Amino acid sequence: MHDLVFAFAIFGATLRAAAPLGLAGLGELVSERSGVLNLGVEGMMLVGAVAGFMATAASGSPAIGLLAAMAAGAAMAAVFGFLTLSLMANQVAAGLALTIFGTGFSALVGARFEGVPLKGLATSIFPHLANAPPLLQELMRLDPLVWLSLAAPFAIHWFLTRTRPGLVLRAVGESHDVAYALGYSVIRIRYCAVLFGGAMSGLAGAYLSLAYTPMWTQDMVAGRGWIALALVVFSTWKPLWLSLGALLFGFVTIAQFQAEALGLQVSPQLLAMLPYLATIVVLVLISRDSVRLKLNAPGALGKPFHAA
Amino acid sequence: MNTTRRTVLRAGLAAPVLGLGLPGGLPGGLPGGLRGARAAAPLKVGFVYVAPIGDAGFTYQHELGRRAMQAALNGRVQSSYVENVSEGAAAEQVIHQMAANGNGLIYTTSFGFMNPTYKVAGMFPKVKFEHCTGYKRRVNMGTYSARFYEGRYLAGLIAGRMTKSNIIGYVVAFPIPEVVQGVNAFTIAARSVNPKVQVKLVWTSSWFDPGKERAAADTLISQGADILTNHTDSTAVVQAGEERGVKTISYNSDMSKYGPKTCLTGVTMVWNQYYIDTTKKVLDGTWKSGDVWGGVKSGMVRLAPYNKLVPDAVRKEVAARQAAMANHTFSPFQGPILDQSGKVKVAKGTALTDPQILALNWFVQGVEGKV
Repeated sequence: MHDLVFAFAIFGATLRAAAPLGLAGLGELVSERSGVLNLGVEGMMLVGAVAGFMATAASGSPAIGLLAAMAAGAAMAAVFGFLTLSLMANQVAAGLALTIFGTGFSALVGARFEGVPLKGLATSIFPHLANAPPLLQELMRLDPLVWLSLAAPFAIHWFLTRTRPGLVLRAVGESHDVAYALGYSVIRIRYCAVLFGGAMSGLAGAYLSLAYTPMWTQDMVAGRGWIALALVVFSTWKPLWLSLGALLFGFVTIAQFQAEALGLQVSPQLLAMLPYLATIVVLVLISRDSVRLKLNAPGALGKPFHAA
Repeated sequence: MNTTRRTVLRAGLAAPVLGLGLPGGLPGGLPGGLRGARAAAPLKVGFVYVAPIGDAGFTYQHELGRRAMQAALNGRVQSSYVENVSEGAAAEQVIHQMAANGNGLIYTTSFGFMNPTYKVAGMFPKVKFEHCTGYKRRVNMGTYSARFYEGRYLAGLIAGRMTKSNIIGYVVAFPIPEVVQGVNAFTIAARSVNPKVQVKLVWTSSWFDPGKERAAADTLISQGADILTNHTDSTAVVQAGEERGVKTISYNSDMSKYGPKTCLTGVTMVWNQYYIDTTKKVLDGTWKSGDVWGGVKSGMVRLAPYNKLVPDAVRKEVAARQAAMANHTFSPFQGPILDQSGKVKVAKGTALTDPQILALNWFVQGVEGKV
């Protein structure tokens, strides 16, 4: 019985660690499915984290904080969209610039808020179940954004594969020339996708600063944006696979500490490398099969669209 | 007289000679009559921090000390700080820059600044350096630290008395002697009042990484720990405890506002008086390089105000033990002490000496984790 409780505790910790990866990854997946490669996920997450924290500290309401975070992430993505879709700048360079800008901007703006205590998001949406059996309690300790990160992949999958707007978005990502010829406004659709990606990244960042560790400190996203980017490729642009990948990476992050606490004789430094090693190994394995990669990647990914 | 370039230049040179004073004082030597003008300039004091002052922890306590010193000696000192300096090459640059910018006294506040400080102290013999928690000294470089392990011992008494699951979680960063001292003193104290206590360690390999500290705290809670403490710089562990309803004892500073319901107390460091006294010594010219290692007696290590959950009997026990440590009738590292394999490392009737404590690299019985 104790082992089952322990297993559920690990599962709960994995879900909490996987939530930001899943949310940011889903946003980036939609953006890439429309053909836009936005490498600025880390920067957008940081700006979302600081905006969410500042808004919650100022207003006292985490809901306003989440909205502010989504707006901030979308605003950053709008800048990126303007550069790459309207001015047709190189997407890779613009995305990297966005990351660097987001990192510095969030540190500058958030400097006054470092060390400010905050009551974060309520950790359970079912607080009256506090007397429930321990197994159920562990699940009930999850905060709303974790539930969202579990539900969102299904919603995005349904949107992309079962609805007309999703089909149009995929079409734009596969071949923007054909989509344009069919009469769809490629630029407007890509803008929407990019803004959605920004909002999700902002939300993922806000989860970190409002729920996971309710504080703000510079660079608190600590590389999760890059892992989310790798996850999109790892999942071959399929939302359900992405959520599984996020769980895997979340587990690897938790595993390093669990291994130590269980007394396994593995060097802690090696364990600390695990999440990033796993990212590299997975990417190498996927890239070896270049045919599969080409079959699954959106055909127009990263290519700027010139209206003929 | 004619206004020529030569007359203007002559007038310009005459001003300093007449002691009309260039503001801020001049480094380097000047003819005798000007020494009076230079002594009136405030002493520039620099502080180098390893983390942002917003960490609400180790660095924050140093910053509070700096502010107290500035307030007490206002007018005679002009202090400044650089935060978030990573240990290593960047630190050397920052310390060098501070010394070159005319700072007469520089406090470097992290163990990893030891070698950079030693190097720069060799290059600037007229500047005085004070390095916190290190062990290298020079004629113009002293060291200072506090016997945090005395505070840890008191915290261990509280934890030992208040744990119900007999598992205590301890989030640690790097296995340097100071961390090992803390873990050992804490465990010895907890087991002295509750022999069944096990202290589980999780290493984060970083002094300040809230995400990792949170994950480590989650791990320890899932292993059954009902009290957590840490030797890292952020508030993540206390916040994790507050969220999961697990009691915590904070380190570095009073973190009760991050864990109002569950943070029992904290082992805090108070540098204010030390900074005021040492800077005064530099101002008066009586400073000498030394090694200060203050404990609960000097007030450098203090327990934060108790949470109402801590029972009166425990508070009395802690107060009695603190008094015994203050008048040197009790040491946390007095024998008998066994190591993790059960071997007697400190015999009954003896105690670890200061050099042994400073080089401590093994854990006592009751600690689960390796260096």
